[in-house]
Amino acid sequence: MSALRIPRRTLVLLLAASGTLALLQLSGLAFWQGLAINFAIFIILVQALNMASGFTGVFSLGHIGFMAIGAYTSAILTLPLATKSEYLPNLPGWLAGIHLDVAVGPLPVGFFAATLVAGLVAMVVAGLVGAVLMRLSGHFVAVATLGFLVIVRVVLFNADDITRGSRTFSNVTPYTNLWWAWGWAVIAIYVAWRVKFSGLGRAMFAQKADRWAARSIGISILRPRLIAFVAGAFLSAIAGSLYAHFITSFSPTVFYFDLTFRVITMLVVGGMGSVSGAVIGTALVLALAEALRRIEGATLLYGLGGILLAVFFIAVIIFRPSGIMGQREVDLDRVLGWRPRWRRGRPDAEPSRRG
Amino acid sequence: MTESAVTDPTTALLDVEGLTKRYSGLVALSEYELRLAPHSIHGVIGPNGAGKTTLFNLLSGMVQPTAGSIRFGGVDITAHAAHDVARAGIARTFQNIRLFGDMTAIDNVKVAVQQRLPISLAMTLISSPSYRRNEADVTEHARPILDRMGLGAMADRQASSLPYGDQRRLEIARAVATNPRILLLDEPNAGMNPTETAELLDLIRRLRDELGLTVILVAHDIPLVMGLCDRIQVLNHGELIADGPPTTVRNDPDVITAYLGRASDA
Ligand SMILES: Nc1ncnc2c1ncn2[C@@H]1O[C@H](COP(=O)(O)OP(=O)(O)O)[C@@H](O)[C@H]1O
Ligand SMILES: [Mg+2]
Repeated sequence: MSALRIPRRTLVLLLAASGTLALLQLSGLAFWQGLAINFAIFIILVQALNMASGFTGVFSLGHIGFMAIGAYTSAILTLPLATKSEYLPNLPGWLAGIHLDVAVGPLPVGFFAATLVAGLVAMVVAGLVGAVLMRLSGHFVAVATLGFLVIVRVVLFNADDITRGSRTFSNVTPYTNLWWAWGWAVIAIYVAWRVKFSGLGRAMFAQKADRWAARSIGISILRPRLIAFVAGAFLSAIAGSLYAHFITSFSPTVFYFDLTFRVITMLVVGGMGSVSGAVIGTALVLALAEALRRIEGATLLYGLGGILLAVFFIAVIIFRPSGIMGQREVDLDRVLGWRPRWRRGRPDAEPSRRG
Repeated sequence: MTESAVTDPTTALLDVEGLTKRYSGLVALSEYELRLAPHSIHGVIGPNGAGKTTLFNLLSGMVQPTAGSIRFGGVDITAHAAHDVARAGIARTFQNIRLFGDMTAIDNVKVAVQQRLPISLAMTLISSPSYRRNEADVTEHARPILDRMGLGAMADRQASSLPYGDQRRLEIARAVATNPRILLLDEPNAGMNPTETAELLDLIRRLRDELGLTVILVAHDIPLVMGLCDRIQVLNHGELIADGPPTTVRNDPDVITAYLGRASDA
């Protein structure tokens, strides 16, 4: 597996995906375009959680907090000057002067920059928070990261001058389109995949499997966990930025338990620790949620969808706790029928794909 | 090893003094002493609950002692974190096998080999030349270690799916992969039949001779360590009751009453 050479299957997959996106763009089917953007944003969120929790075994319930940080950071940074002075009159001076609404030709580079800054801000916060929390394990981390989510919400509610508090934050420029969303989704998948099949990933999965054994060979438990947590925070914030510029108005309540639960469901269904599983889980839960939403609409039994999704989640936990894929990956060559017949069933002919 | 090399603290690779571990009233290890001669195979025996595993937990930094000190190559490592002790050159296995069960055999070894190399997220993501060189290096080092343990054919098998004896040897392979100076083996022959045990003893001897390792071997039964070890200590209820060459220890009356007698009854 040479690194610089893009494998054939990846290239074909990327081309096919680009073609699909182009067709979808041309089709003008607004509903499907919206769904595709949602899909991409959830893929990023689920891969982020996959790294932070699936790779390391540290159960983080706080990643939607980083998404919120990303959404607000990017939304504020991209507000045009005129809107800003009117909409957020009490913004601190240094923030009030920044307006990343610039574009080069058709490319909104300001949006790109704001998204990156949003990711970096989340990384810094995650570094500080994680340096403390990643020392904990089991239930303690779950509760502590949940505490982080609550704190983010309280801060967003009370930082009126910057976030408008509990009032809806609107006027966000709708930059997010199919290309931005899927571009970042591909990056998220790439990052998760690269990390999983690297030395860093091995260290993460090793300390997930057995902390004592990991320490006995020189792995400092904190380091791989912190790296995963921070990388996950970055991606979550990216998803937050994309989300903000997609729905264009939101309030702190959006970034809370519902969304946290939705992302966890997707990851658990797909398989914690599986990159391809995360994509499958996201697609499955998203499709299920959409179908249930329609049933709700037709039967007027509102709330039914949420209940059925939760039941589905519980069923997966009971009957297939490791999800669809466990920590394994989809063998693309086999799925696409590219593996030469004579190599079938010979695992040593393939690079190691196990977590 | 001559007697002077063993007792002279300046040449001892590991110098342990007054090592004590108390668990709420229970003394698991009491005033333990050791001057470990380089390139020796040192046996620690004793009945169940004697404090042998506790000793390893203390030496590997996984448990902090109540009292006492551990000096390794002249450096006081008593308060070092476990992963620092491992990086300094003390590797161990566990009495109850602790592999990374859902990783492949080769990955179990690779993750240990890679600890001597720098790892960065950025280099990983851009797949920089240095990153790729390191990964190739890690694989190149890991293969022969598996081969040495007779596990070459098992490289891509999931660790938890290996036969019991192979799992034991994979754990030793993983410990050796950290490139240690001292190897701590906690009852490595537990659950093995006499043939497997004989092969294992041979393997341990070769590790010492070919890699220049110093080995501390914890064992339950005396015959195992008699032929292999340069020196033997006997623990009973956390106390050192004998310390010397195998022949002396075997004839020690305290050992016979405290340990051998009971073992031969069983
Ligand atoms: N974490 C612990 N907490 C309390 N007691 C312990 C702990 N670890 C070991 N012990 C006790 O210390 C004694 C020595 O145990 P151990 O070192 O495992 O003996 P050995 O390995 O020689 O069989 C035993 O009585 C055991 O119950
Ligand atoms: Mg023991």
